[in-house]
Amino acid sequence: MIGRRKLVIEDKWCKGCGICAAFCPKQVLEIKKEKVRLKEPEGCIQCGQCELRCPDYAIYLVNVEE
Amino acid sequence: MPSDLIHEYMRIDHLPQIWCPGCGNGVIMRDVAVAIQELIDDQEYDFDRDDFVIVSGIGCSSRAAGYLDFNSIHTTHGRAIAFATGIKFANPKLNVIVLTGDGDCSAIGGNHLIHAARRNLGLTVICFNNDIYGMTGGQYSPTTPNGDKATTAPYGNVDRPFDIANLATGAGASFSARGDVFHARETTEIIKKAILHKGFSLVDVYSVCPTYYGRKNKKGDAVEMLKWQRDNLIPTARYYNMSEEDRAGKKQIGILSFNDYPEYTEEYAKIISACRKKAKK
Repeated sequence: MIGRRKLVIEDKWCKGCGICAAFCPKQVLEIKKEKVRLKEPEGCIQCGQCELRCPDYAIYLVNVEE
Repeated sequence: MPSDLIHEYMRIDHLPQIWCPGCGNGVIMRDVAVAIQELIDDQEYDFDRDDFVIVSGIGCSSRAAGYLDFNSIHTTHGRAIAFATGIKFANPKLNVIVLTGDGDCSAIGGNHLIHAARRNLGLTVICFNNDIYGMTGGQYSPTTPNGDKATTAPYGNVDRPFDIANLATGAGASFSARGDVFHARETTEIIKKAILHKGFSLVDVYSVCPTYYGRKNKKGDAVEMLKWQRDNLIPTARYYNMSEEDRAGKKQIGILSFNDYPEYTEEYAKIISACRKKAKK
């Protein structure tokens, strides 16, 4: 069963390499001031590409309790 | 879930890691952690955390032993396999995983690598292969491709490179595989198989070093280097279906060689028990 999921950004671990933003299939991420930002929250399809590619574990999906 | 995994299996007070922005080592380290977690969670095997030991040498890659929250030891340059040999002999039931780099395992520790492979000692060696000595400032390593530039090869590397996976096979390793950063899920599966393999197993995992190797060779940033891996490193099933022309310039990732040679500590235990029987007579 797939519940609702939410994208979490761990700011202090992000090094701003831009890998997540480049591989995001919906292009909803951007790098601002050397940190990743979710620029279009409604566009995120929670596919997990960013989490899979991030070498610093700074962006990931968590299940949201209903 | 991987975020829980990070909290469970890494020393998070040491994060973010020391590695440069875009460095592939973080992904490989997580692949190792996911592989171990899935083996611990799998009811088919009776593993717990203390059945795993992480041993590393010196270099960018070897910092991983400090971040992974297991029984771990960060040893001297090139000698990770030598330390791991001692650990495996002291308790052959342990899964001893060596995290090393291309320079650490094929130059400084080259002899340890080939002889552990020849003996088929039951270690799992994961080589974080970034084609360069990153920590010391970008000198060429034994895996830097011919003609590529490095701090110590400003006009291009004269040497021909080692293919570490084939080197291990040639030295007698019973399991040899290749993985990369882009194909993270495939690489995690390969690492799991390598850990479960009884004899010597080596996984040569291609990392990306945008800071030194990438910049010196105009390979673009980390994103460009990962796209190169996506387009040029081909998982086994697809590689077998490609024509010779399509394979030009591309490399296979997956398990490259596999054998069931006898494992060294088991053979050693047989000698011990035979001698004990003889002594009792």
